[in-house]
Amino acid sequence: MAEILLKNAYVIDPISGINGELMDIALSGSRIVEEASPKAEVIDCHGFLTLPGGIDSHTHYSGTKVNFGRYMSPEDMRAGRTARRGPMHITSGYSVPTTYGNSYRYSALGYTTLVEGAMAPLEARHTHEEFKFTPLQDSFANTLFDGNWGMLRALEDNDIKHAAAIIAWTLSAVKGFAIKLTNPGGTEAWGFGKNVSCINQTIPTFDLTPADIIKGAIRANELLHLPHSVHLHCNNLGTPGNFTCTLGTFGHVPDLNDKRQSLYATHVQFHSYGGSGWGDFCSKSEPVAKMVNLRPQIVIDMGQVMFGRTTTMTADGPMEFNLYRLHHDKWSNHDIELETGSGIIPVNYRKKNLVNSIMWAIGLELALLVENPWQCMLTTDNPNGAPFVKYPEIIALLMSKRYRDAEFATIHQDTEKRVPLPAIDRELDWHEIAVMTRAGQAKALGIIDIGKGYLSPGAEGDIAIYPLRIDDIDPSADYEKVIKGFSQTEYTIKRGRVVSRRGDAIIDGENTTFWVKPKVPAAYDMQHDTAFQELFERYYSVRMSNYPVQEEYLHRNHCIETETDL
Amino acid sequence: MESRDVPCPFCGCLCDDVFVTVENNRIIGVENCCTLGNAKFLSKKRLKHPIMRKNGKWVEVTYEEAIDETARILSDAMRPLLYGWSGTIGEAQVVGVHLAEEIGALIDSTTSVCHNPSILAIQEVGHPGCTLGQVKNRADLVVYWGCNPIEAHPRHMSRYTTYADGYFIDNTASDRTVIVVDIRRSEGAKVADEFVQVKPGGDYLVLSALRAMVRGKSDVVPESVAGVKKVQLQRVADLMMKAKFGAVFFGLGITMSRGKYKNVRNAIELVSELNRRTKFTISAMRGHFNVYGFNEVLTWMAGYPFAVDFSRGIAFYNPGETTVIDLLERREPDACLVVASDPGAHFPKSTIEHMAAIPTVQIDPCVNATTALCQVQIPVAITGIEVAGTAYRMDGVPIRMKKVLETEFPTDQEILERIVIRIREIRADG
Repeated sequence: MAEILLKNAYVIDPISGINGELMDIALSGSRIVEEASPKAEVIDCHGFLTLPGGIDSHTHYSGTKVNFGRYMSPEDMRAGRTARRGPMHITSGYSVPTTYGNSYRYSALGYTTLVEGAMAPLEARHTHEEFKFTPLQDSFANTLFDGNWGMLRALEDNDIKHAAAIIAWTLSAVKGFAIKLTNPGGTEAWGFGKNVSCINQTIPTFDLTPADIIKGAIRANELLHLPHSVHLHCNNLGTPGNFTCTLGTFGHVPDLNDKRQSLYATHVQFHSYGGSGWGDFCSKSEPVAKMVNLRPQIVIDMGQVMFGRTTTMTADGPMEFNLYRLHHDKWSNHDIELETGSGIIPVNYRKKNLVNSIMWAIGLELALLVENPWQCMLTTDNPNGAPFVKYPEIIALLMSKRYRDAEFATIHQDTEKRVPLPAIDRELDWHEIAVMTRAGQAKALGIIDIGKGYLSPGAEGDIAIYPLRIDDIDPSADYEKVIKGFSQTEYTIKRGRVVSRRGDAIIDGENTTFWVKPKVPAAYDMQHDTAFQELFERYYSVRMSNYPVQEEYLHRNHCIETETDL
Repeated sequence: MESRDVPCPFCGCLCDDVFVTVENNRIIGVENCCTLGNAKFLSKKRLKHPIMRKNGKWVEVTYEEAIDETARILSDAMRPLLYGWSGTIGEAQVVGVHLAEEIGALIDSTTSVCHNPSILAIQEVGHPGCTLGQVKNRADLVVYWGCNPIEAHPRHMSRYTTYADGYFIDNTASDRTVIVVDIRRSEGAKVADEFVQVKPGGDYLVLSALRAMVRGKSDVVPESVAGVKKVQLQRVADLMMKAKFGAVFFGLGITMSRGKYKNVRNAIELVSELNRRTKFTISAMRGHFNVYGFNEVLTWMAGYPFAVDFSRGIAFYNPGETTVIDLLERREPDACLVVASDPGAHFPKSTIEHMAAIPTVQIDPCVNATTALCQVQIPVAITGIEVAGTAYRMDGVPIRMKKVLETEFPTDQEILERIVIRIREIRADG
C-alpha cells in the first residue's frame, strides 16, 4: 500500500483537539495511521498550515438544475474556460463550472468532500452521473422531500412512522444521504403557481402547514437515526421581514439528538431580513443569531453573498419566479411531479445596490454573531450567494475587521443605517475557520464516525496543506496573504493520494458516494405497500420498478446502514 | 421469458412500461408500445459484419481492421467531425466527448438539425418547464404547437397529457382542453377542442398577438393575424388565462420554420407572461429517445448542449459556426465519424456530398442512407434492446434502458473505447 509521511506539519484539527501543533502525519493506503514505514514518500510540510480536507455541507454542483444552469448560460461557460493540461480535462464555466471544473477548483481550495444541496429523487440518476465526473471529492446528496406526496399524505394522517418509512424507502432507492426540505409546502403550492407565506398557513392541496411538515420530518429523521439532521431551506426565502418566519421555524425545533443538531438551517443569510418592503429592507442577523446562540439543537450555514455575477438555482421554484420579476433576466423553472420544484436565474450582486450590500453584510454578521463556530458553517450556498471560489475572501473578511471596514467603505453608503456590521469587532481565528470549513461540517453531517473531518489515526486520508506560515501572518492586517494562502493548496490529499498540487489536479481520481439505508422492518417496507405502489402506478410518469437508482450508477460507494425505531 | 417495464428506445417519450416477450433470444411479443416502437423492437434487419470500401467495393472485414482504419482516419485528420449520438446511451456519449477532446474534434448531435433553435431561445430567455408527470396530474389546458404527437410521439397524449389519468383531473375527457396550432389540419388537430390554423411562416405573428392579449392589449391586434381570426385568438388567450395549469408542447413546426429561434423565444415569453396570471409550462417535443441525453452529457462535460469545437484546446461553442451543417457547408471537415444517427437521410445535399468526399465512418447496427456516404461501417448491438444504459426523456428525467436480448455484437461504447486506445497507440508510434 502506498504510504505518505507528512513531516513537520503545522496542524489544526479541532475534532482531535489539536490547535496548532507541529507534528508528523502518516498515511497508508486511504487512511491516516499511527506510523509509516521507512518506504513512505516524505512530504516536508514545514511552514504549511495543515488541515483536514475541506467539507462543503451545502453546495449545488451536480444534477438536473445545476446542469440546466450551464445549459442556459453560454455566457457563464465562456467566462471560465481552461485548456486540457496533464491529466486535467478542459473546463468551462465561472459560476456553474462543468463537473471537472468544479472538481479541480474545489480541490485547489483543499476541499475533499461535497454535499449536493438538493437532489430531486425522480432525477437522482442524473446527480449520480455527475458525481462520477467530479472525481476528486466524495459526494453526498441531500434528497428533496418538501413536496413528496407520499410523505405529505402520511403527515396529514399524523402517522410519523409511515412518513419515516416512505423517507427510508426513497433515500435507499435514490441513494440519497439526508432529508432536504426546500420551502416546505411552497414547492407543492407552486404546482399551481401559488406559494405559502407563513409557516402556519395551510397549503392549498394538503391539510398541512409548513410547520407540520418541518416538525414531522424532524421526528421521522430521528426515528430513522440518520447521520445528518433534517436540512432545511426555510419558507419565504429572500422576502423582506422573513426573519420572523425564520425565528418561528427555529422555535419549533426540539432537541432530539445528543451527537448533533436536530435541524440544519441552510443559507440563513437569505432568511434574516427585516423591513416591510424593499424600501425599509434591513438586517435582522442579531435576533436570528441570538436564537441560534440559545438553541444548541440548531446549526446554520451562512449563505454568504459576494459581489459579482453568479447564477441562482434552487428547488424553491416560486422564489426564483419572484426573483425573475425583480431582475427581468432569463428564467428557468422545472417542477418535479409529486416531489418538488426548481428554478434558475442569473444575477449580478452589485455594490451600488443597497439591498445587495445589506445581504453581503448579513452573511458576515451571522458568522460573527453566532458565538459557537460549530453552529455556523462557512458557505455561499454555491453558486447562489457567490461561486465557491470566493471562499478565501470570505475567510479573510471573517478574520479581519480592517478588511471588512475597507470593503464596507466601497458599498452602498446607506448600508450603515441598516446593518450592525460596522459595530462588530470580532475577528475569527484559524481554529474557528477550521471548524467552520471542515470540522463543524463533519459533526453537523454526522460523518465523523466514517472518518471525515479530522486527522487522527483511522480517519480518511483527506488533507489540505496550505502555504500559510501562521506564525508570520497577522490575519487582521495581512488579509491579502490569508486570501492568497487559502486560494491554492500546496498539496491536497484525497484518500491517501496527492490529487492536487499548487492548483493543478495531478491524477484522475475516483470519488466515493455515501448514501444511507435505514433498516426498516417488513411491516414498514414500502416496496410492498399497496397504497404506495398505487401512488406510483397512477400518478408518476415512470414505473416504480424503474425509479430506484441502480447499482451501476454508484461506482465506488459506501452505504451507511442505520438501525431504526420503526 | 417476459420482461416488464422495458423503456422504449425510439422517441423522446421514453415510455417505460413496455412488456416484451422473448423466446430463444428473439422478441416475439411487444405490448403497450406504439407502432413506431413496436417496429424497432421487432426489427430483424441489421448489418452482420463490419464493412469497408476497398477499390470502390464493399468488403467484409474484421472488427479489428475496421477499428484500425477508423483510428487511422481520425488520427490523420486535421479537422475531424464527430456527429450523431442521439440514438445511443450516455455511457457511450461520454466516451465520444472524451475522444473529441483528445483529438481536438468538433462534436455535434442531431440537436443541431431539430431543436437547436429551441436551445438558442432558452439561452436567451430561459425555460419554464416541468416533468411530464406534472402535466399529467395538473394540466387542464394542453397546447400542441407546430407538432403532431399522434404521428411523431404516438403515446404522448395517452401517457402524459390529454388522455392520461391525473391526480387533480377528475375526468380526462371533460376536464382537459386541447388546443392545436398548426399550418395544416393534422391528425392531432382532429382531437383538439380548438384548432388554430396558421399560415405557413406566421407563428411568430400569432404568438405576438397572444402575448399582446395576455398583457391586456387586445386593441392592438388586427382582425386577422397570419390567417387566424381575432375572435379565435381572443378565445385562445382567454382559455390560457383561465386555465389552472397550462402546458405548451412545441415541435419542429416552429423551430425549423421562418423565424426559427425567434418563434421559440416568443413562445417562451408568452409562457413566462402567463405565469404572472396562472401556472404555465412549455416543453420541446424531442425526437430521438436520447437526444436530450447528449445535450446533458456534453453540457456537464464541456459546458454547452451541442456544437462544441475542441480544436483550440478549449470548448468553443458558436452556433452558426460550430454547428454541423455550417461546418459541412464550408467543407471544413476532413474526416467524419457518425454514431447512432442517419445524417444521410436528413442533411442537405451539398453537405452530404462533402461527407461522401471525405473519409466517413459510421457506427450503427443497420444499413441506412448514411452507409452510402461511408468508407467504413461498424455494426453494433442495439441500444435499449441489447444494451443497457442511461437515456434522458424529453423532460430531463433519466431512465435506465434495459437489455432484453443477448448479443454477440459489441456496444457503441466498446467500439469507441477501442478506437480511443488504437488512436493513442498510433500517436505513440509517431
